[in-house]
Amino acid sequence: MNGLQKGSVAVVGVAESDLGQVAPNTSPTDLMAQATMRALADCGLKLSDIDAVLSATSQSRYSTMALCEYLRIKPKFFDGTMIGGSSFMSHLAHAQAAIQQGICEVAVIAYGSTQRTVSRAAASPREYNFFETPYRPFFPSSAYALAASRHMHQFGTTREQLAEVAVAARKWALMNPAAWEKEPLTIEQVLNARMVSYPLTVRDCCLVTDGGGAIIVTSAARARSLKKKPVYVLGVGEAIGHTTISNMPDLTVTAAAESGPQAFRMAGLKPADVDMLSLYDAFTITPILFLEDLGFCPKGEGGRFVSNGAIAPGGKLAVNTSGGGLSYCHPGMYGLLVMIEAIRQVRGECGGRQVSNCEVALAHGNGGVLSTQCTVLFGSEGTL
Amino acid sequence: MHDLKHGSPLNTYIEHCGKGELAYQVCTDDNTPVFFPRVVAPKTGSPNLEWRISKGLGAVYATTIVYYKNEPPLNVALIDLDEGFRMMSRVEDIDAAQVKIGMRVKMRMHPGDDKQPPYPVFTPAGDAK
Repeated sequence: MNGLQKGSVAVVGVAESDLGQVAPNTSPTDLMAQATMRALADCGLKLSDIDAVLSATSQSRYSTMALCEYLRIKPKFFDGTMIGGSSFMSHLAHAQAAIQQGICEVAVIAYGSTQRTVSRAAASPREYNFFETPYRPFFPSSAYALAASRHMHQFGTTREQLAEVAVAARKWALMNPAAWEKEPLTIEQVLNARMVSYPLTVRDCCLVTDGGGAIIVTSAARARSLKKKPVYVLGVGEAIGHTTISNMPDLTVTAAAESGPQAFRMAGLKPADVDMLSLYDAFTITPILFLEDLGFCPKGEGGRFVSNGAIAPGGKLAVNTSGGGLSYCHPGMYGLLVMIEAIRQVRGECGGRQVSNCEVALAHGNGGVLSTQCTVLFGSEGTL
Repeated sequence: MHDLKHGSPLNTYIEHCGKGELAYQVCTDDNTPVFFPRVVAPKTGSPNLEWRISKGLGAVYATTIVYYKNEPPLNVALIDLDEGFRMMSRVEDIDAAQVKIGMRVKMRMHPGDDKQPPYPVFTPAGDAK
C-alpha cells in the first residue's frame, strides 16, 4: 500500500477466545470481548488504552458498534470492513494507516463466531442470486470445488495432492494443544471420506467450530515499551477480485497475485526471505493456489510442491503450523487466527511446533469464494 | 442511461427466459459481452448496452458434483458461451460424473415452478459448433 511504512506499527498483544464449542447463548461479541481482554493482558495494556476498534463477523452486521457498546469504548478510529475471512488483514492495514497518521495509537482487531453452536445456515445465511442460487451449489464448498476442478484439468493436480494439504495440517494440529482435531489422518482417509462437492471430501473442507480472537496493534515506538517482543508489520497488501465464483476471470489465479507483491514490495522482501507461512486453508485447494500466487512456486506447480509431506512438520516449508482451518479451528472467518499463529511464530511462542529462527512470517487471508485476498508480512526487530 | 423506475436488468433477463431465450448484453462502444445484466458496462461505465440473444452453445469451463443427502448427485458447472460470456448452470441428461471440462453443451430453458422463474440449463451438444 502506498504511504504505509515498513515497521511503523507492531502487534503487541494476541489472544484466542475460547475455541471449539462454546456454551449456548454465547454471543460473537462475548468472544470478542473475552479475546480483547486476553490480548490486553498479553501486552500489559488496559482497556482504557484502546482508542481504535476494528472488527467483523457474519453474525453481527454492526459488529464494531456492538463491541464498542459492550466494552463502552469511544474510539477515535473504527472500521467494520467486511470482506469475509480476510477482513482482519485488511483491518490491520487500515489500523496501520490510522496510527501512522496519528489518528489513534492503540487498536484492537477482534473476531468472534458461534457458528458451530447456532449452525452455519444461521451464522452465515446465503444471499439469493438469480444467476447462481437456482443451480443449488453447496456454497462455499462448491465454489472451491470448481476451482479445484479447473486446477486439476489445467495442471494435472490430483486428489492425492489435495489430500496432502489436509494430512500436513493434521500433523501440525497434533502438535498444537488448542487444536480441535486430536487423531492422525491419512491420505486414504481423506480420499475415502464423504464426498461434499467433487473433488472435495469433508476432509478437504475446513472445520465448523466456534471461536474468535483479538490482536492489539500500536506504533513501533510504543510497542518497544511493552511486555512482549514487538512483532512488526513489514508489509501489507489487499485486493478484491470478485464476489461470485461465476465472475472470477480465471479460477486458477487468485487476487493473492496482487496482494502478495504489494506486501513484499512494501517490506522489501521476497518469498525466499519467509521462514513460515500461515495460509487461509478453507479448503485443501487454497494453500496450493496461494503458494503459487504468492510466488513460492510457479503457477500450476502447487500440487506437486505440497507432495511428499513438503509442508508438514519436517518438510521443506512450514505452512499452517497451528493445524489451520482444516484441523485447528475454523469459526467461519478464520483470518484473525491465521495472523495470530504467524505472530506467535515470530515471537517464538509455539512450543513443540515452533519453527526455528522464525524471523519473517507471512499471513495470508482469503474471503468469500476466493474473492478477497490480503497478505501481511510480520517480522522481528532484526528484520527492520 | 437505463431507467430503473421502469424496468430492471434482471427483469428483462427473466422476461427473455420466459420466452426460452438466453439473453446477454453487449457494450456497443467496443463490442464487449456483458453478463450478468447491468445498467452500465463494467470498467468503462458506458450506458451503451444492447440486449442480444445467445445461440446457447458453449463449453464447460469448470464442473463439480454436489452430494446432497438423499438426492442423486447434482452437477453444477460454469459454462463459457460462444459469444464470450460465462455463467453458472448445470448440464442435464447425463450423469453428473460424466460432465467434463471442455465438453460442448447447448442451452435448454428449464421451466421453473411457481416460486422460481424459468432459468437456463444445458445438455450435451455433441460436436455442435
